[in-house]
Amino acid sequence: MNQAIFTRLAETGRPRIAFTLDSRPVEALAGDTLLTAILTQAASVRESEFGDGPRAGLCLMGACQECWVMLDGHGPVRACTTPLEAGMAVRLRRRHAD
Amino acid sequence: MPTDALCTANPHAAADLPPVIVGAGPAGVRAAEALLAAGLAPILIDEGAAAGGRIYQRQPPGFTRDAATLHGTEAGKATALHTAFDAIAARIDWRPGTLVWAVRPGELHLHRDGRAETLPFRDLILATGAMDRLIPLPGWTLPGVFSLGGAQIALKTQAVAIGRQVAFVGTGPLLWLLAHQYRKAGGGIAAVIDTTPSATKRRQILGLLTQPGMLARGLSYMLGLRRAGVRIVEGAMPEAILGEGRVQGLRWRDARGRVQESVCDAVAMGWHLRPEAQLAELAGVPFRFNPRQRNWEPDKDPTGRTAVPGVYLAGDGAGIEGADAAEIAGARAALSLLQDRGRAVDAGLLAALDRRAGAMLAFRHALDAAFPFPHALAAGIADDVMVCRCEAITAGELRAAVDPGGAMEINRAKAFSRLGMGRCQGRVCAPAAAEIIAARLGAPVEAVGRLRAQAPVKPLPAAARSTP
Repeated sequence: MNQAIFTRLAETGRPRIAFTLDSRPVEALAGDTLLTAILTQAASVRESEFGDGPRAGLCLMGACQECWVMLDGHGPVRACTTPLEAGMAVRLRRRHAD
Repeated sequence: MPTDALCTANPHAAADLPPVIVGAGPAGVRAAEALLAAGLAPILIDEGAAAGGRIYQRQPPGFTRDAATLHGTEAGKATALHTAFDAIAARIDWRPGTLVWAVRPGELHLHRDGRAETLPFRDLILATGAMDRLIPLPGWTLPGVFSLGGAQIALKTQAVAIGRQVAFVGTGPLLWLLAHQYRKAGGGIAAVIDTTPSATKRRQILGLLTQPGMLARGLSYMLGLRRAGVRIVEGAMPEAILGEGRVQGLRWRDARGRVQESVCDAVAMGWHLRPEAQLAELAGVPFRFNPRQRNWEPDKDPTGRTAVPGVYLAGDGAGIEGADAAEIAGARAALSLLQDRGRAVDAGLLAALDRRAGAMLAFRHALDAAFPFPHALAAGIADDVMVCRCEAITAGELRAAVDPGGAMEINRAKAFSRLGMGRCQGRVCAPAAAEIIAARLGAPVEAVGRLRAQAPVKPLPAAARSTP
Protein backbone atom coordinates (compact mmCIF):
# COMPACT_ATOMS: atom_id res chain seq x y z
CA MET A 1 0.00 0.00 0.00
CA ASN A 2 1.24 3.45 -0.88
CA GLN A 3 1.66 5.35 2.38
CA ALA A 4 2.79 8.60 0.81
CA ILE A 5 1.47 11.95 1.96
CA PHE A 6 2.91 14.03 -0.90
CA THR A 7 2.02 13.43 -4.56
CA ARG A 8 4.36 14.46 -7.35
CA LEU A 9 2.62 16.64 -9.93
CA ALA A 10 5.55 17.54 -12.20
CA GLU A 11 9.36 17.57 -12.51
CA THR A 12 9.53 13.79 -12.30
CA GLY A 13 12.36 13.42 -14.83
CA ARG A 14 15.09 14.38 -12.38
CA PRO A 15 17.88 11.89 -11.59
CA ARG A 16 17.11 9.34 -8.90
CA ILE A 17 19.10 9.44 -5.68
CA ALA A 18 19.58 6.56 -3.25
CA PHE A 19 19.39 7.03 0.51
CA THR A 20 18.17 5.04 3.48
CA LEU A 21 15.10 5.47 5.62
CA ASP A 22 15.47 3.66 8.94
CA SER A 23 18.17 1.50 7.26
CA ARG A 24 15.85 0.56 4.37
CA PRO A 25 17.32 1.48 0.94
CA VAL A 26 14.98 3.85 -0.91
CA GLU A 27 15.14 6.42 -3.69
CA ALA A 28 13.93 9.93 -4.32
CA LEU A 29 14.81 12.66 -6.82
CA ALA A 30 17.70 15.12 -7.05
CA GLY A 31 16.43 18.50 -5.85
CA ASP A 32 14.07 17.01 -3.29
CA THR A 33 14.18 18.27 0.25
CA LEU A 34 14.44 15.53 2.85
CA LEU A 35 10.78 16.19 3.67
CA THR A 36 9.72 15.60 0.07
CA ALA A 37 11.97 12.55 -0.20
CA ILE A 38 10.36 11.08 2.93
CA LEU A 39 6.72 12.07 2.48
CA THR A 40 6.55 10.85 -1.12
CA GLN A 41 6.96 7.36 0.34
CA ALA A 42 6.15 7.44 4.04
CA ALA A 43 3.20 8.53 6.13
CA SER A 44 5.08 10.63 8.71
CA VAL A 45 8.52 11.91 9.66
CA ARG A 46 8.48 11.38 13.40
CA GLU A 47 6.41 10.56 16.46
CA SER A 48 5.45 13.24 18.95
CA GLU A 49 7.62 13.02 22.05
CA PHE A 50 4.41 13.19 24.09
CA GLY A 51 2.87 10.07 22.66
CA ASP A 52 0.07 11.78 20.77
CA GLY A 53 0.90 10.27 17.42
CA PRO A 54 2.82 10.80 14.21
CA ARG A 55 3.79 14.18 12.76
CA ALA A 56 4.68 15.14 9.21
CA GLY A 57 5.65 18.81 9.33
CA LEU A 58 3.42 21.82 8.96
CA CYS A 59 4.92 25.04 7.58
CA LEU A 60 7.64 23.87 5.17
CA MET A 61 9.51 27.13 5.72
CA GLY A 62 11.71 26.30 8.67
CA ALA A 63 9.55 28.01 11.27
CA CYS A 64 7.42 25.38 13.02
CA GLN A 65 10.20 22.86 13.77
CA GLU A 66 7.77 19.96 13.31
CA CYS A 67 9.75 17.99 10.73
CA TRP A 68 12.93 17.15 12.60
CA VAL A 69 14.50 13.85 11.57
CA MET A 70 17.76 12.25 12.64
CA LEU A 71 20.47 12.28 10.03
CA ASP A 72 23.35 9.91 10.75
CA GLY A 73 26.51 11.94 11.27
CA HIS A 74 24.59 15.21 11.74
CA GLY A 75 22.03 14.69 14.48
CA PRO A 76 18.62 16.30 14.21
CA VAL A 77 17.88 18.36 11.09
CA ARG A 78 14.78 20.10 9.76
CA ALA A 79 13.65 17.94 6.86
CA CYS A 80 11.93 20.81 5.03
CA THR A 81 15.10 22.89 4.70
CA THR A 82 17.63 20.10 4.19
CA PRO A 83 18.37 19.08 0.59
CA LEU A 84 18.50 15.35 -0.05
CA GLU A 85 21.99 14.02 -0.78
CA ALA A 86 22.98 10.61 -2.07
CA GLY A 87 23.80 8.14 0.69
CA MET A 88 22.09 10.02 3.49
CA ALA A 89 20.97 7.76 6.34
CA VAL A 90 17.73 9.14 7.73
CA ARG A 91 16.10 7.98 10.91
CA LEU A 92 12.52 8.84 11.57
CA ARG A 93 12.47 9.58 15.26
CA ARG A 94 10.60 7.23 17.54
CA ARG A 95 8.98 7.89 20.85
CA HIS A 96 11.43 8.10 23.73
CA ALA A 97 9.30 5.57 25.57
CA ASP A 98 9.82 2.91 22.87
CA MET B 1 4.33 46.47 26.66
CA PRO B 2 7.82 46.59 28.15
CA THR B 3 10.44 46.86 25.44
CA ASP B 4 13.56 44.78 25.50
CA ALA B 5 16.21 45.81 27.97
CA LEU B 6 18.83 45.36 25.25
CA CYS B 7 17.73 48.62 23.64
CA THR B 8 20.95 50.40 24.46
CA ALA B 9 23.37 52.44 22.40
CA ASN B 10 25.07 50.79 19.46
CA PRO B 11 28.85 50.86 20.11
CA HIS B 12 29.40 50.92 16.33
CA ALA B 13 27.09 53.88 15.65
CA ALA B 14 29.84 55.85 13.93
CA ALA B 15 31.85 52.95 12.51
CA ASP B 16 32.54 52.52 8.82
CA LEU B 17 30.62 49.28 8.47
CA PRO B 18 28.51 48.11 5.54
CA PRO B 19 24.74 48.11 6.13
CA VAL B 20 23.33 44.70 6.98
CA ILE B 21 20.03 43.43 5.58
CA VAL B 22 18.38 40.34 7.04
CA GLY B 23 15.99 38.64 4.63
CA ALA B 24 16.34 38.39 0.86
CA GLY B 25 12.69 38.50 -0.10
CA PRO B 26 11.01 41.33 -2.01
CA ALA B 27 11.85 43.91 0.69
CA GLY B 28 15.42 42.83 1.32
CA VAL B 29 16.39 42.56 -2.35
CA ARG B 30 14.99 46.01 -3.16
CA ALA B 31 16.77 47.46 -0.13
CA ALA B 32 20.06 45.92 -1.24
CA GLU B 33 19.57 47.23 -4.75
CA ALA B 34 18.92 50.79 -3.52
CA LEU B 35 21.94 50.76 -1.21
CA LEU B 36 24.24 49.44 -3.91
CA ALA B 37 22.95 52.06 -6.35
CA ALA B 38 24.10 54.69 -3.83
CA GLY B 39 27.55 53.12 -3.70
CA LEU B 40 27.07 51.34 -0.39
CA ALA B 41 27.43 47.57 -0.84
CA PRO B 42 25.42 45.82 1.88
CA ILE B 43 25.74 42.45 3.55
CA LEU B 44 22.56 40.52 2.65
CA ILE B 45 21.73 37.54 4.84
CA ASP B 46 19.05 34.90 4.31
CA GLU B 47 18.35 31.60 5.98
CA GLY B 48 17.35 30.14 2.63
CA ALA B 49 19.64 29.01 -0.15
CA ALA B 50 18.42 31.56 -2.69
CA ALA B 51 16.93 35.04 -2.82
CA GLY B 52 13.26 35.64 -3.51
CA GLY B 53 11.68 35.06 -0.13
CA ARG B 54 8.82 32.65 0.36
CA ILE B 55 6.57 34.36 -2.17
CA TYR B 56 9.04 34.24 -5.04
CA GLN B 57 11.01 31.26 -3.76
CA ARG B 58 13.06 29.68 -6.51
CA GLN B 59 12.89 26.01 -7.34
CA PRO B 60 16.11 24.02 -6.96
CA PRO B 61 18.54 23.52 -9.86
CA GLY B 62 17.36 20.82 -12.24
CA PHE B 63 13.69 21.84 -12.15
CA THR B 64 12.39 23.02 -15.50
CA ARG B 65 9.00 24.69 -14.99
CA ASP B 66 9.01 28.24 -16.36
CA ALA B 67 8.10 31.39 -14.41
CA ALA B 68 4.58 31.51 -15.87
CA THR B 69 3.87 27.98 -14.65
CA LEU B 70 5.32 28.69 -11.23
CA HIS B 71 4.06 32.18 -10.53
CA GLY B 72 1.08 32.61 -12.85
CA THR B 73 -0.05 36.22 -13.01
CA GLU B 74 2.83 37.19 -10.71
CA ALA B 75 5.49 35.76 -13.04
CA GLY B 76 6.58 39.22 -14.20
CA LYS B 77 7.18 40.40 -10.66
CA ALA B 78 8.96 37.20 -9.64
CA THR B 79 11.24 37.34 -12.66
CA ALA B 80 11.93 41.04 -12.12
CA LEU B 81 12.93 40.46 -8.51
CA HIS B 82 15.15 37.49 -9.39
CA THR B 83 16.75 39.51 -12.19
CA ALA B 84 17.36 42.44 -9.85
CA PHE B 85 19.02 40.13 -7.35
CA ASP B 86 21.15 38.36 -9.96
CA ALA B 87 22.37 41.75 -11.19
CA ILE B 88 23.71 42.74 -7.76
CA ALA B 89 24.63 39.39 -6.22
CA ALA B 90 28.31 39.53 -7.19
CA ARG B 91 28.72 43.10 -5.92
CA ILE B 92 27.24 42.67 -2.46
CA ASP B 93 28.25 40.43 0.45
CA TRP B 94 25.60 37.73 -0.10
CA ARG B 95 25.29 35.20 2.69
CA PRO B 96 22.69 32.52 1.96
CA GLY B 97 22.02 29.62 4.28
CA THR B 98 22.74 31.83 7.26
CA LEU B 99 20.56 32.09 10.35
CA VAL B 100 20.64 35.28 12.42
CA TRP B 101 19.85 33.83 15.81
CA ALA B 102 20.39 36.82 18.09
CA VAL B 103 20.71 40.60 17.97
CA ARG B 104 22.57 42.65 20.55
CA PRO B 105 23.42 46.34 20.34
CA GLY B 106 25.64 46.66 17.27
CA GLU B 107 26.04 42.91 16.92
CA LEU B 108 24.36 40.08 15.04
CA HIS B 109 24.94 36.46 15.92
CA LEU B 110 25.04 34.24 12.86
CA HIS B 111 25.02 30.53 12.30
CA ARG B 112 25.92 28.79 9.06
CA ASP B 113 26.81 25.16 8.43
CA GLY B 114 27.59 24.45 12.08
CA ARG B 115 29.68 27.60 12.47
CA ALA B 116 28.82 30.54 14.67
CA GLU B 117 29.97 34.06 13.88
CA THR B 118 29.50 37.52 15.35
CA LEU B 119 28.86 40.31 12.87
CA PRO B 120 29.19 43.91 14.06
CA PHE B 121 26.74 46.34 12.49
CA ARG B 122 26.07 50.03 12.41
CA ASP B 123 22.85 49.98 10.38
CA LEU B 124 20.44 47.09 10.10
CA ILE B 125 17.44 46.58 7.82
CA LEU B 126 15.23 43.75 9.03
CA ALA B 127 13.12 42.27 6.24
CA THR B 128 12.30 39.01 7.94
CA GLY B 129 8.92 38.21 6.37
CA ALA B 130 5.98 36.34 7.79
CA MET B 131 4.48 32.93 8.30
CA ASP B 132 0.95 31.54 8.27
CA ARG B 133 -1.43 32.30 11.12
CA LEU B 134 -3.14 29.09 12.18
CA ILE B 135 -6.08 28.08 14.32
CA PRO B 136 -5.85 24.77 16.18
CA LEU B 137 -8.51 22.21 15.31
CA PRO B 138 -9.14 18.72 16.60
CA GLY B 139 -6.85 16.53 14.49
CA TRP B 140 -4.59 19.29 13.24
CA THR B 141 -1.44 17.38 14.18
CA LEU B 142 -2.35 14.53 11.82
CA PRO B 143 0.11 13.92 8.97
CA GLY B 144 -1.37 15.61 5.92
CA VAL B 145 -2.23 18.91 7.61
CA PHE B 146 -0.05 21.77 6.40
CA SER B 147 -0.23 25.54 6.39
CA LEU B 148 -1.40 27.28 3.23
CA GLY B 149 2.07 28.73 2.81
CA GLY B 150 3.61 25.31 3.31
CA ALA B 151 1.29 23.76 0.74
CA GLN B 152 2.31 26.51 -1.68
CA ILE B 153 6.02 25.94 -1.08
CA ALA B 154 5.48 22.22 -1.70
CA LEU B 155 3.94 22.98 -5.08
CA LYS B 156 6.26 25.79 -6.16
CA THR B 157 9.64 24.51 -5.03
CA GLN B 158 9.13 20.77 -5.00
CA ALA B 159 6.39 20.19 -7.59
CA VAL B 160 4.43 18.10 -5.12
CA ALA B 161 0.88 18.39 -3.81
CA ILE B 162 0.38 17.82 -0.09
CA GLY B 163 -2.18 15.10 -0.92
CA ARG B 164 -4.34 13.64 -3.66
CA GLN B 165 -7.53 15.34 -2.53
CA VAL B 166 -6.79 18.51 -0.60
CA ALA B 167 -9.26 20.53 1.46
CA PHE B 168 -8.34 24.21 1.66
CA VAL B 169 -9.63 25.99 4.75
CA GLY B 170 -9.08 29.42 6.20
CA THR B 171 -9.51 32.89 4.86
CA GLY B 172 -7.54 35.49 2.92
CA PRO B 173 -6.17 35.91 -0.56
CA LEU B 174 -3.70 33.04 -0.17
CA LEU B 175 -6.54 30.55 0.36
CA TRP B 176 -7.96 31.28 -3.07
CA LEU B 177 -4.64 31.80 -4.82
CA LEU B 178 -3.35 28.47 -3.56
CA ALA B 179 -6.49 26.55 -4.53
CA HIS B 180 -6.22 28.13 -7.97
CA GLN B 181 -2.56 27.12 -8.22
CA TYR B 182 -3.32 23.52 -7.19
CA ARG B 183 -6.09 23.31 -9.77
CA LYS B 184 -3.85 24.63 -12.51
CA ALA B 185 -1.08 22.23 -11.56
CA GLY B 186 -3.44 19.27 -11.74
CA GLY B 187 -3.85 18.72 -8.01
CA GLY B 188 -7.05 17.24 -6.60
CA ILE B 189 -9.25 19.58 -4.56
CA ALA B 190 -11.82 18.25 -2.10
CA ALA B 191 -13.23 21.66 -1.15
CA VAL B 192 -12.36 25.30 -0.59
CA ILE B 193 -13.82 26.44 2.72
CA ASP B 194 -13.56 30.16 3.43
CA THR B 195 -14.56 31.15 6.95
CA THR B 196 -15.57 34.58 5.65
CA PRO B 197 -19.09 34.93 4.25
CA SER B 198 -19.38 36.24 0.73
CA ALA B 199 -21.32 39.30 1.92
CA THR B 200 -18.44 40.41 4.17
CA LYS B 201 -16.16 40.49 1.14
CA ARG B 202 -18.67 42.28 -1.05
CA ARG B 203 -18.98 45.08 1.51
CA GLN B 204 -15.32 45.98 0.86
CA ILE B 205 -15.75 46.30 -2.88
CA LEU B 206 -15.01 50.03 -3.02
CA GLY B 207 -11.73 49.68 -1.17
CA LEU B 208 -10.77 46.64 -3.21
CA LEU B 209 -11.48 48.55 -6.42
CA THR B 210 -8.60 50.90 -5.61
CA GLN B 211 -6.36 48.12 -6.99
CA PRO B 212 -8.53 46.89 -9.84
CA GLY B 213 -5.87 44.55 -11.21
CA MET B 214 -5.47 42.76 -7.89
CA LEU B 215 -9.22 42.52 -7.44
CA ALA B 216 -9.67 41.15 -10.95
CA ARG B 217 -7.02 38.49 -10.35
CA GLY B 218 -8.65 37.45 -7.10
CA LEU B 219 -12.06 37.20 -8.68
CA SER B 220 -10.65 35.21 -11.58
CA TYR B 221 -9.24 32.63 -9.16
CA MET B 222 -12.64 32.25 -7.51
CA LEU B 223 -14.46 32.08 -10.83
CA GLY B 224 -12.00 29.58 -12.28
CA LEU B 225 -12.47 27.26 -9.31
CA ARG B 226 -16.26 27.50 -9.56
CA ARG B 227 -16.19 26.80 -13.30
CA ALA B 228 -14.00 23.76 -12.69
CA GLY B 229 -16.70 22.39 -10.42
CA VAL B 230 -14.70 22.70 -7.22
CA ARG B 231 -16.83 22.65 -4.11
CA ILE B 232 -16.69 26.13 -2.62
CA VAL B 233 -18.20 27.07 0.72
CA GLU B 234 -18.12 30.54 2.24
CA GLY B 235 -19.02 31.55 5.77
CA ALA B 236 -18.42 28.02 7.08
CA MET B 237 -16.37 27.09 10.13
CA PRO B 238 -14.12 24.03 10.35
CA GLU B 239 -14.91 21.73 13.28
CA ALA B 240 -12.37 18.92 13.08
CA ILE B 241 -9.83 17.22 10.90
CA LEU B 242 -10.73 13.54 10.85
CA GLY B 243 -8.55 10.47 10.54
CA GLU B 244 -6.56 7.75 12.25
CA GLY B 245 -2.83 8.26 11.81
CA ARG B 246 -3.39 10.51 8.82
CA VAL B 247 -5.98 12.87 7.36
CA GLN B 248 -9.14 11.20 6.08
CA GLY B 249 -11.65 14.06 6.16
CA LEU B 250 -12.65 17.51 7.29
CA ARG B 251 -15.79 18.22 9.29
CA TRP B 252 -17.24 21.70 9.07
CA ARG B 253 -20.40 23.61 9.86
CA ASP B 254 -22.00 25.63 7.12
CA ALA B 255 -23.43 29.13 7.48
CA ARG B 256 -26.84 27.66 8.35
CA GLY B 257 -25.37 25.54 11.10
CA ARG B 258 -25.48 22.19 9.30
CA VAL B 259 -22.58 19.87 10.00
CA GLN B 260 -20.97 18.48 6.88
CA GLU B 261 -17.95 16.37 5.99
CA SER B 262 -15.54 16.47 3.10
CA VAL B 263 -13.50 13.41 2.26
CA CYS B 264 -9.87 14.43 1.78
CA ASP B 265 -6.39 13.12 2.48
CA ALA B 266 -4.78 16.48 3.20
CA VAL B 267 -5.75 19.85 4.62
CA ALA B 268 -4.12 23.18 3.84
CA MET B 269 -5.09 25.75 6.46
CA GLY B 270 -4.33 29.36 7.28
CA TRP B 271 -5.84 32.68 8.22
CA HIS B 272 -3.57 35.35 6.76
CA LEU B 273 -0.04 35.73 7.99
CA ARG B 274 1.72 36.93 11.10
CA PRO B 275 5.01 38.85 11.13
CA GLU B 276 8.21 36.98 11.89
CA ALA B 277 9.48 39.80 14.09
CA GLN B 278 11.70 38.09 16.65
CA LEU B 279 14.86 39.88 15.50
CA ALA B 280 13.19 43.29 15.63
CA GLU B 281 12.19 42.54 19.18
CA LEU B 282 15.72 41.48 20.14
CA ALA B 283 16.99 44.69 18.50
CA GLY B 284 14.83 46.62 20.96
CA VAL B 285 12.10 47.80 18.60
CA PRO B 286 8.79 48.45 20.44
CA PHE B 287 5.69 46.61 19.26
CA ARG B 288 2.17 47.80 18.52
CA PHE B 289 -1.11 45.94 18.16
CA ASN B 290 -2.69 46.21 14.72
CA PRO B 291 -6.44 45.94 15.38
CA ARG B 292 -7.33 45.54 11.69
CA GLN B 293 -5.15 42.46 11.33
CA ARG B 294 -5.33 41.43 14.99
CA ASN B 295 -1.57 40.99 14.93
CA TRP B 296 1.30 42.40 16.93
CA GLU B 297 3.91 44.09 14.78
CA PRO B 298 7.18 45.92 15.42
CA ASP B 299 6.58 49.64 15.21
CA LYS B 300 8.02 51.57 12.28
CA ASP B 301 7.09 54.81 10.63
CA PRO B 302 6.23 55.01 6.92
CA THR B 303 9.90 55.65 6.12
CA GLY B 304 10.96 52.35 7.69
CA ARG B 305 12.61 53.99 10.72
CA THR B 306 12.11 52.63 14.23
CA ALA B 307 12.61 53.95 17.75
CA VAL B 308 16.06 52.34 17.68
CA PRO B 309 18.59 54.45 15.75
CA GLY B 310 20.14 52.49 12.89
CA VAL B 311 17.44 49.79 12.88
CA TYR B 312 15.00 49.85 9.96
CA LEU B 313 12.10 47.56 9.08
CA ALA B 314 10.53 46.63 5.74
CA GLY B 315 8.10 44.08 4.39
CA ASP B 316 5.68 41.69 6.05
CA GLY B 317 7.94 41.28 9.09
CA ALA B 318 6.76 44.72 10.16
CA GLY B 319 3.05 44.22 9.46
CA ILE B 320 1.35 42.27 6.70
CA GLU B 321 1.12 44.38 3.56
CA GLY B 322 1.99 41.93 0.81
CA ALA B 323 4.82 41.50 -1.66
CA ASP B 324 4.22 44.61 -3.77
CA ALA B 325 4.24 46.86 -0.72
CA ALA B 326 7.31 45.01 0.56
CA GLU B 327 9.32 45.92 -2.54
CA ILE B 328 8.45 49.58 -2.04
CA ALA B 329 9.13 49.45 1.69
CA GLY B 330 12.52 47.83 1.15
CA ALA B 331 13.69 50.57 -1.18
CA ARG B 332 12.22 53.21 1.13
CA ALA B 333 13.99 51.89 4.21
CA ALA B 334 17.27 51.88 2.28
CA LEU B 335 16.79 55.53 1.35
CA SER B 336 16.08 56.39 4.99
CA LEU B 337 19.29 54.65 5.99
CA LEU B 338 21.21 56.61 3.36
CA GLN B 339 19.70 59.90 4.55
CA ASP B 340 20.58 59.07 8.13
CA ARG B 341 24.16 58.46 7.02
CA GLY B 342 24.19 61.94 5.55
CA ARG B 343 23.97 60.85 1.94
CA ALA B 344 22.04 62.83 -0.64
CA VAL B 345 18.88 61.04 -1.73
CA ASP B 346 16.81 61.75 -4.84
CA ALA B 347 13.77 63.63 -3.54
CA GLY B 348 11.71 62.61 -6.56
CA LEU B 349 12.40 58.95 -5.91
CA LEU B 350 11.43 59.35 -2.25
CA ALA B 351 8.18 61.04 -3.18
CA ALA B 352 7.38 58.39 -5.79
CA LEU B 353 7.92 55.56 -3.31
CA ASP B 354 5.79 57.27 -0.68
CA ARG B 355 3.05 57.88 -3.24
CA ARG B 356 3.05 54.25 -4.34
CA ALA B 357 3.02 53.01 -0.74
CA GLY B 358 0.18 55.34 0.16
CA ALA B 359 -1.85 54.25 -2.83
CA MET B 360 -1.82 50.66 -1.53
CA LEU B 361 -3.14 51.41 1.93
CA ALA B 362 -6.83 51.63 1.05
CA PHE B 363 -6.63 48.27 -0.68
CA ARG B 364 -4.81 46.68 2.24
CA HIS B 365 -7.35 47.96 4.74
CA ALA B 366 -10.20 46.69 2.56
CA LEU B 367 -8.48 43.31 2.25
CA ASP B 368 -8.08 43.06 6.03
CA ALA B 369 -11.78 43.82 6.48
CA ALA B 370 -12.85 41.55 3.61
CA PHE B 371 -11.18 38.49 5.15
CA PRO B 372 -11.36 38.94 8.93
CA PHE B 373 -9.61 36.63 11.35
CA PRO B 374 -12.38 34.49 12.93
CA HIS B 375 -11.16 35.05 16.46
CA ALA B 376 -14.23 33.45 18.03
CA LEU B 377 -13.25 30.17 16.35
CA ALA B 378 -9.83 30.39 18.01
CA ALA B 379 -11.23 31.53 21.37
CA GLY B 380 -13.74 28.68 21.40
CA ILE B 381 -11.36 25.80 20.82
CA ALA B 382 -12.52 22.85 22.93
CA ASP B 383 -10.58 22.03 26.10
CA ASP B 384 -9.22 18.74 24.77
CA VAL B 385 -7.70 20.22 21.59
CA MET B 386 -3.93 20.55 21.49
CA VAL B 387 -2.94 24.19 21.02
CA CYS B 388 0.84 24.06 21.50
CA ARG B 389 2.04 21.31 19.16
CA CYS B 390 5.65 21.38 20.41
CA GLU B 391 4.83 20.74 24.07
CA ALA B 392 1.43 19.08 23.57
CA ILE B 393 -0.49 21.62 25.67
CA THR B 394 -4.26 21.64 25.30
CA ALA B 395 -6.66 24.56 25.35
CA GLY B 396 -7.95 23.29 28.69
CA GLU B 397 -4.48 23.35 30.24
CA LEU B 398 -4.01 26.88 28.97
CA ARG B 399 -7.37 27.99 30.38
CA ALA B 400 -6.45 26.46 33.75
CA ALA B 401 -3.31 28.61 33.75
CA VAL B 402 -5.36 31.81 33.60
CA ASP B 403 -8.19 30.83 35.91
CA PRO B 404 -8.62 32.81 39.15
CA GLY B 405 -5.30 33.32 40.91
CA GLY B 406 -3.45 32.44 37.71
CA ALA B 407 -1.84 34.34 34.90
CA MET B 408 -3.24 37.65 33.61
CA GLU B 409 -1.19 37.75 30.42
CA ILE B 410 0.30 35.35 27.91
CA ASN B 411 3.93 35.18 29.07
CA ARG B 412 2.88 34.25 32.58
CA ALA B 413 0.45 31.72 31.13
CA LYS B 414 3.38 30.30 29.18
CA ALA B 415 5.37 29.92 32.40
CA PHE B 416 2.48 28.12 34.08
CA SER B 417 1.45 25.88 31.22
CA ARG B 418 4.60 25.41 29.07
CA LEU B 419 2.60 26.60 26.05
CA GLY B 420 4.99 28.30 23.63
CA MET B 421 8.07 26.90 25.36
CA GLY B 422 8.87 24.38 22.69
CA ARG B 423 11.03 24.42 19.61
CA CYS B 424 8.94 26.88 17.61
CA GLN B 425 8.79 29.39 20.49
CA GLY B 426 5.09 29.92 20.04
CA ARG B 427 5.22 30.91 16.37
CA VAL B 428 2.43 28.48 15.59
CA CYS B 429 0.22 28.65 18.70
CA ALA B 430 0.60 32.22 19.97
CA PRO B 431 -2.22 33.91 18.01
CA ALA B 432 -4.81 31.32 19.03
CA ALA B 433 -3.45 31.12 22.57
CA ALA B 434 -3.90 34.87 22.99
CA GLU B 435 -7.53 34.59 21.85
CA ILE B 436 -8.19 31.72 24.26
CA ILE B 437 -6.68 33.64 27.19
CA ALA B 438 -8.45 36.89 26.31
CA ALA B 439 -11.82 35.18 26.06
CA ARG B 440 -11.28 33.38 29.37
CA LEU B 441 -10.30 36.60 31.12
CA GLY B 442 -12.99 38.64 29.39
CA ALA B 443 -10.27 41.03 28.21
CA PRO B 444 -9.50 42.46 24.79
CA VAL B 445 -6.88 40.33 23.05
CA GLU B 446 -4.33 43.15 23.01
CA ALA B 447 -4.56 43.33 26.82
CA VAL B 448 -3.12 39.83 27.26
CA GLY B 449 0.06 40.76 25.42
CA ARG B 450 2.19 38.71 23.12
CA LEU B 451 4.78 36.01 23.61
CA ARG B 452 8.20 37.59 23.93
CA ALA B 453 10.93 36.34 21.62
CA GLN B 454 14.18 34.98 22.95
CA ALA B 455 17.55 34.14 21.50
CA PRO B 456 18.28 31.82 19.85
CA VAL B 457 15.25 32.65 17.72
CA LYS B 458 15.47 29.16 16.21
CA PRO B 459 17.06 25.98 17.55
CA LEU B 460 20.82 25.73 17.00
CA PRO B 461 23.03 22.67 17.04
CA ALA B 462 24.65 22.57 20.47
CA ALA B 463 27.95 21.92 18.74
CA ALA B 464 27.98 25.19 16.78
CA ARG B 465 31.60 26.35 16.76
CA SER B 466 32.62 29.98 16.83
CA THR B 467 35.07 31.29 14.30
CA PRO B 468 38.29 32.60 15.83
